[in-house]
Amino acid sequence: MSWILVNPILIPLVTAVLAYLFRTSPAGRWISVAGTVVLLFASLILMGEVLEHGVIAGQMSNWQAPFGITLVADYLGGVMVVITAITAMATVIYTLAEIPERLERLGFHALLQVLVAAVCGAFLTGDLFNLYVWFEVMLISSFGLLVLGGSKEQLDGGIKYVTLNLVSTIMFLSGIGLLYGITGTLNMADLHLAVREVENAGLLTTIAVMFMVAFGVKAALFPLFFWLPASYHTPPVAVSAIFAGLLTKVGVYALIRSFTLIFDQDVTFTHTILLWLAVATMVTGVLGAAAMNDFRRILSFHIISQIGYMVLGLALFTPLGLVGAVFYLVHHIIVKANLFFVAGVAKRIGGSTDLSRLGGLYAHAPLLAFLFLIPAFSLAGFPPLSGFWAKYVVVKAALDLEMWFVAGASLAVGLLTIYSMTKIWGAAFWPKHPDGIKPRLGDLPAGERVALMAPIVGLAVLTCIIGLFPEPFVQFAETSAEQLLDPTAYVTTVLGVQP
Amino acid sequence: MELLLALTIGVLMASSVYLMLDRNVIRFLFGLILLSNAANLVIFLSGRLTAGAPPLIDEGAYAPTGVVANALPQALVLTAIVIGFGLLAFTLALVYRTYRSLGTVNSDEMRLAEPVSAPRTTPHPDPTAAPGTPPASDPTLDKTDATTTPTGGEARA
Repeated sequence: MSWILVNPILIPLVTAVLAYLFRTSPAGRWISVAGTVVLLFASLILMGEVLEHGVIAGQMSNWQAPFGITLVADYLGGVMVVITAITAMATVIYTLAEIPERLERLGFHALLQVLVAAVCGAFLTGDLFNLYVWFEVMLISSFGLLVLGGSKEQLDGGIKYVTLNLVSTIMFLSGIGLLYGITGTLNMADLHLAVREVENAGLLTTIAVMFMVAFGVKAALFPLFFWLPASYHTPPVAVSAIFAGLLTKVGVYALIRSFTLIFDQDVTFTHTILLWLAVATMVTGVLGAAAMNDFRRILSFHIISQIGYMVLGLALFTPLGLVGAVFYLVHHIIVKANLFFVAGVAKRIGGSTDLSRLGGLYAHAPLLAFLFLIPAFSLAGFPPLSGFWAKYVVVKAALDLEMWFVAGASLAVGLLTIYSMTKIWGAAFWPKHPDGIKPRLGDLPAGERVALMAPIVGLAVLTCIIGLFPEPFVQFAETSAEQLLDPTAYVTTVLGVQP
Repeated sequence: MELLLALTIGVLMASSVYLMLDRNVIRFLFGLILLSNAANLVIFLSGRLTAGAPPLIDEGAYAPTGVVANALPQALVLTAIVIGFGLLAFTLALVYRTYRSLGTVNSDEMRLAEPVSAPRTTPHPDPTAAPGTPPASDPTLDKTDATTTPTGGEARA
């Protein structure tokens, strides 16, 4: 049982070591590809176990919870690991055509694999301090990936990314210290029980808000998101894509986990804050996107806007709201990474990501145009794509609570999303290229064309499958939401009482 | 003793916030160092202070007798110090490299990634300084260019 849980962390770490050793030869990148394929299998095996047992837990080194480090996979954790593996695989395939040898020699693939390991670790850990450690591993590898190559923009964006994220982890660390001080435990399942015996409820709420701020910076919540649009468009596209897909989502996951499992005492206070933060995040994100004029910067602001929907689902704190949050989380990772990949191909064949320097993609690369429309419409919430169901469930949850304003705002944000997608379409795809370039996919070498387009096609197909056959996915999200709202199974599994 | 330590943490936090409000990235970094030390002290203090009682277990026994110091927070602090040290060393190197590259440590002047006049709705007075002008667009960009081509803003550096 333990190995199944450890594998998704161990495989990328071993791959990282091997990829680093072979960083100067072409073998390094293929090791990286192989590592993600193995990771995908391992994550599917884990998912299979989770589907069979509900929640599975493993005590590291046989130190029984709550004394040792526990790894836990419930429905949410399991599906996040699977989706991480899928995104990692798509990204690594994409890097084959994008990352120059110069960066590979510097250890690009090793950093990427460590990042994947840290993300998986964060999804699987059942211990708060361990979560902090995975956050730090994730941070240091993302710092490396962000500034690797060292162009001026990367350093400039890197400074903001690094400093603000460090402040957030220190906030998280202080929160952990204080929480340990009043409960005496850091095991999340044990905390679920321990917080019920805390006499000073006010202090607990204060700590909850510290965690909210710390995870809010990670998740790019309003008004803590400024590092994201400052940095996400500067590194190579593959790095942008995996950051956009995974990193903020780890923040959202941490918010969902901690505000369902640990801080569920003062819901009217904490979740009301989350609710209005979510609305403000949606609105500012999409307005920022509308003001931008660069492919990747528009997409960066959209990440923020979409984070709002996920947190909204959590803040509503109804079963349906959490179904929406989980569904949104999965759908968004796929769609967002895919849009960044499309932006990367557009840059490759059109020469820029600045919308005023792009054009002619529809006439000369109709396949790319079509593949842009799928994730773009999905992001905006067009039926029958995955984004429609995600938005539908969240908005329905808000309407069920008769929160008309919140529901109206999220629908309006959907419209504005269409606006900025239209802007990209109207500038990059429809008109002639300002420099008279004919951006053809056919001009790329065959090998690179496959490496660039395969991840895009794969993720687009996945979006369509979720959109056309949402039933099993929604059912999955429902079970997942039940587990989140009633963590009895989680707690008993971790603390060793066999159900 | 707890009170003294709590006040120290407060002073450290306050000074670090003051330092982090500065435009100078170096001062921001110093603030970060203070903040991370304050966080370490928070963890240390949350384990409660027990003077002169090391958590040692007598030979043959399975548990310590009497009141002993809580070893867990100290282990946590140790981990946090190591991680913090690594991250701050990285940040220092990053700031230095940025200074070498951009020629400034003033965060207000670091606008390369987000040029001030980015939106289309506010046209830039000087078209040559307009952001996002790539050097001669070439559809057959080689692999190196795809990652290192600056997207403009050179004029501001």
